[in-house]
Amino acid sequence: MKLSGSQIIIECLKKEGVEFIFGYPGGAVLHIYDALFGDKKIKHILTRHEQGATHAADGYARACGKPGVVLVTSGPGITNCVTGLATAHMDSVPMIIISGQVSREYVGSDAFQEADATGITRPVTKHNFLVDSRESIAEVFKKAFIIATTGRPGPVLIDIPKDLTDPKVKINFEYPKKVKLRSYKAPISESKSKIDEAAKLLASAKKPMIYAGGGVILGNAHKELAALVKNIGYPITNTLMGLGCYPATDNQFLGMLGMHGTYEANMAMHDCDVLLAVGARFDDRVTGDTSKFCPSAKIIHIDVDPSSISKIIEVDLSLVGETSKILRDLNKAVKPYLKNINKSALKRWWTQIDKWRTKKCLSYKTSKTIIKPQSVIETLYEITKGDAYVTSDVGQHQMWAAQYYKFDKPNRWINSGGLGTMGFGLPAAMGAQLAYPKSEVICVTGEASILMCIQELATCLQYRLPIKVITLNNRYMGMVRQWQEFFYEGRYAMSYMEAIPDFVQLASSFGHIGIKIEKPSELKSKLQEAMNLKDRLVFVDIITDQEENVYPMIKSGQAHNEMHLSPTGKDTELA
Amino acid sequence: MDEKRHIISILVENEFGSLSRIAGLFSARGYNIHCLNVAPTNDESISRMTLVTFCNDQKIKQLAKQLDKLIDVVNVKDLTEETHIEREMLLLKLKCNKNQRDEIKRLTDIFRARIIDVTDTGYTVELTGATEKILAFIESMGKIKIIEMVRSGTLGISRGIDSLENIK
Repeated sequence: MKLSGSQIIIECLKKEGVEFIFGYPGGAVLHIYDALFGDKKIKHILTRHEQGATHAADGYARACGKPGVVLVTSGPGITNCVTGLATAHMDSVPMIIISGQVSREYVGSDAFQEADATGITRPVTKHNFLVDSRESIAEVFKKAFIIATTGRPGPVLIDIPKDLTDPKVKINFEYPKKVKLRSYKAPISESKSKIDEAAKLLASAKKPMIYAGGGVILGNAHKELAALVKNIGYPITNTLMGLGCYPATDNQFLGMLGMHGTYEANMAMHDCDVLLAVGARFDDRVTGDTSKFCPSAKIIHIDVDPSSISKIIEVDLSLVGETSKILRDLNKAVKPYLKNINKSALKRWWTQIDKWRTKKCLSYKTSKTIIKPQSVIETLYEITKGDAYVTSDVGQHQMWAAQYYKFDKPNRWINSGGLGTMGFGLPAAMGAQLAYPKSEVICVTGEASILMCIQELATCLQYRLPIKVITLNNRYMGMVRQWQEFFYEGRYAMSYMEAIPDFVQLASSFGHIGIKIEKPSELKSKLQEAMNLKDRLVFVDIITDQEENVYPMIKSGQAHNEMHLSPTGKDTELA
Repeated sequence: MDEKRHIISILVENEFGSLSRIAGLFSARGYNIHCLNVAPTNDESISRMTLVTFCNDQKIKQLAKQLDKLIDVVNVKDLTEETHIEREMLLLKLKCNKNQRDEIKRLTDIFRARIIDVTDTGYTVELTGATEKILAFIESMGKIKIIEMVRSGTLGISRGIDSLENIK
């Protein structure tokens, strides 16, 4: 089959089973767009900004597990993708970004819309390629998909000079079945004896704790995790990225841990004697002060990425490999040791945990006059029966969504955990909605975050994406304000949002429906009304308590047992 | 923890961008590259880098893992973990008057260096050896004026018949 470079690109994507391309055309990719014109198999989603395209592809990948594909032009096209790439890279999301480059003869000449795409994106991609010949396009694509989707996943960029996509020059095309990647290591598998050692250590615990993160979701290991946790009867906590990898409504689940984690999860972390970490990377928002992290615990760490082991916290035993396989093996290996578990010690441990639970650390003062942001998430959870795909932006609303929406299934909670990218929520929701057109997709956001990618409302109309945008509008950059209240004596420098648009009118000018909710009494009925509009995007602007803070909170540099459970001042309660 | 000198040998795909990935990894994580040397190996698709850095044991382990994670990197080894041989080459351009010529000749003999270029007013000297020897030679120049100095940076290889390429 003789094809042009552009046609080869499209064929490669088809061979990889790509359904959607998120992109924005421009000079250097016009040949590729021409080859895509009228194509029936691949649907192109035209976003309104390249950043939106990357977040949408990211949201798609997080929701369904398949790599998200982005197509953008050279220069500003690819530089606009940098935030999206960094977001996906931090959270290990498989993506393929195809960027046009100026023709080879102009590379390095400061040509119009030229940017050093591979140079700029090197630190924010798992790998990147600058294609230097037509003949290598297919091989590069094959490699890119392997690299993006295996091991610890991540975004891979392919930069293609325009002349290589010239429709007039055609060459033989065959998609390689295999490629040589001698320097790319497949995840190693652990020896039986090491797994056995871990099983023995796990069963020897008197105060065990399991700490599971996003790696369980990325590695599709939630079933194996649940099997082990049920089998062994230990308590489990999830990181922000791991929410949904273990059912939140299960009694063995202690909630999220870390800076805004629950009292019981953080206290159990601090006091445990054996910690099993699965697909988690000991992020600073989780560990707090690393010198006081799990002071009396032996730590076992399961991860697909060898460089995650002992990076922040020195662990006692590491099991490197595919999370699902290792969990399966560990579950098998632990069976003969189950009888060794000190049942009465475990019972005492659960009694202690239940005592911590009675603190009811997520309770908050309700109000009849002003809507509490926490109650919005609780109501959403109730209405959607906990089964919606929830994306979020970054800040207080993100933490409340994580705390109050109980995710029972993986891939339902989609947020920028690592990079903390405001503007992520709406485009990510587009990706999730495209992956699951029949499911409810909610973007929980704030009045500050939503404005960072608001242009994507136009994309939502073009493709009729019935997302529900739930804006917790407190007229502040809430998390910034909270930190200013705690650490800057209430000097709210630049965190007040003056000149907020009328979101109802804004939504309707984009062709959507806007609803404003101001009274606690109408919260449920109006939210229900919004959710009932199944085929429309509804923008719900909810006026919430302006100075509500996110609790519990571990301040930077403090330990898990130094949580603040209520406002600072008189009724400060140190755990 | 104490910072120690480590010699890291890295085999990388001989492709453009490989060097900047490695250099970028060091700068992004705040590690310092003390010296660096790159050239193709007998397999021309692979380049070998030898890199010297000062860091503590925990950091060096993490660094090796991060290097290994780079897609272009075929293999990484900290040579200082085992017995190894290291060499460096020095080219030294010296200004010398008639009286100093004999002294320089004498010193080059002592260090088994070689004079590789001669002019009316100067010598260029070549010396190969471990870093300590190179430094000792430079030190021994005393009042002799150094016009220019080039060092290759450290090259290293493990003792015995093991190869970094075989380990894969």
